[in-house]
Amino acid sequence: MSNTVLHGDVAHGHDHGHDDHHDAGGVTVFGFWIYLMTDCILFSCLFAAYAVLSGNVAGGPSGHEIFELDYVLVETFLLLFSSITFGFSMLAMHKGNKSGVLLWLFITFLFGAGFIGMEINEFHKLIGEGFGPDRSGFLSGFFTLVGTHGLHVSSGLLWMAVLIAQISKKGLTATNQTRMSCLSLFWHFLDVVWICVFTVVYLMGAL
Amino acid sequence: MANSNHSAGGASHGSFKSYMVGFVLSVILTVIPFGLVMFPSMSKDAILAIILVFAVVQVIVHLVYFLHLDRSSEQRWNVIAFIFSAVIIAFLVGLSLWIMFSIHHFMMAK
Repeated sequence: MSNTVLHGDVAHGHDHGHDDHHDAGGVTVFGFWIYLMTDCILFSCLFAAYAVLSGNVAGGPSGHEIFELDYVLVETFLLLFSSITFGFSMLAMHKGNKSGVLLWLFITFLFGAGFIGMEINEFHKLIGEGFGPDRSGFLSGFFTLVGTHGLHVSSGLLWMAVLIAQISKKGLTATNQTRMSCLSLFWHFLDVVWICVFTVVYLMGAL
Repeated sequence: MANSNHSAGGASHGSFKSYMVGFVLSVILTVIPFGLVMFPSMSKDAILAIILVFAVVQVIVHLVYFLHLDRSSEQRWNVIAFIFSAVIIAFLVGLSLWIMFSIHHFMMAK
């Protein structure tokens, strides 16, 4: 996982690659972590914009009227389940269990796809009711923030599909292990962002 | 434990146990704030304070149990990068909100 920054032991305990190989993987994972930190700053800007705009409903609906918390709770649990199943995939990888990695990645993919499906459905319903991003400042901020998170999850799903193909073809090579470590960070990071989204947008909006 | 075939030194890989601890804590820290908002039983300010505290705690739980940030030397630079970002974010969000709500207060007085 993300343990490898300075000592680079992504693939330790297994029988491939040289030390310099491992170090390269560790540096890659660290570089990816730096990217995630910049992504954090991007999201924090969107949160700040949402917080400023959230009161500007322009005669339209407020969060209290359009958020369905039981629906959001199910979405939250889909993402949380996908986090733990990705964790199981990483554990299988550290044991060198290729079929376990693929199975858990596939389950993670299904949970992630379920989350995105629910989010698209929510957006579709809101826009159908005339509450699209053009309705008010509040809805612009809402769609930008939640939509950016959804785009990130969608890219994560695409990445996961590609990685499933790569691992099933080439196996758990050092390169694929580095890719797994990066995707793992990305996926768990998106769950952290979602915690902030459901707290600031949905719970505070419905309060 | 599940990672018993590891050599020493990779302590922050996470184990089955640490993932499950993180997962159970996350479930608890998710269900309680949702429950408080869906079935309100105390004042709004109290609920607001509680859900904000729970969100911060859950973010920390995720960082420790899923992203494996800890005080080991392998993690040091990840943690430093994270703390640096957290400071930037605190300035960015805190000062933006301060400025915008001050403007709102002084210009519109609504």
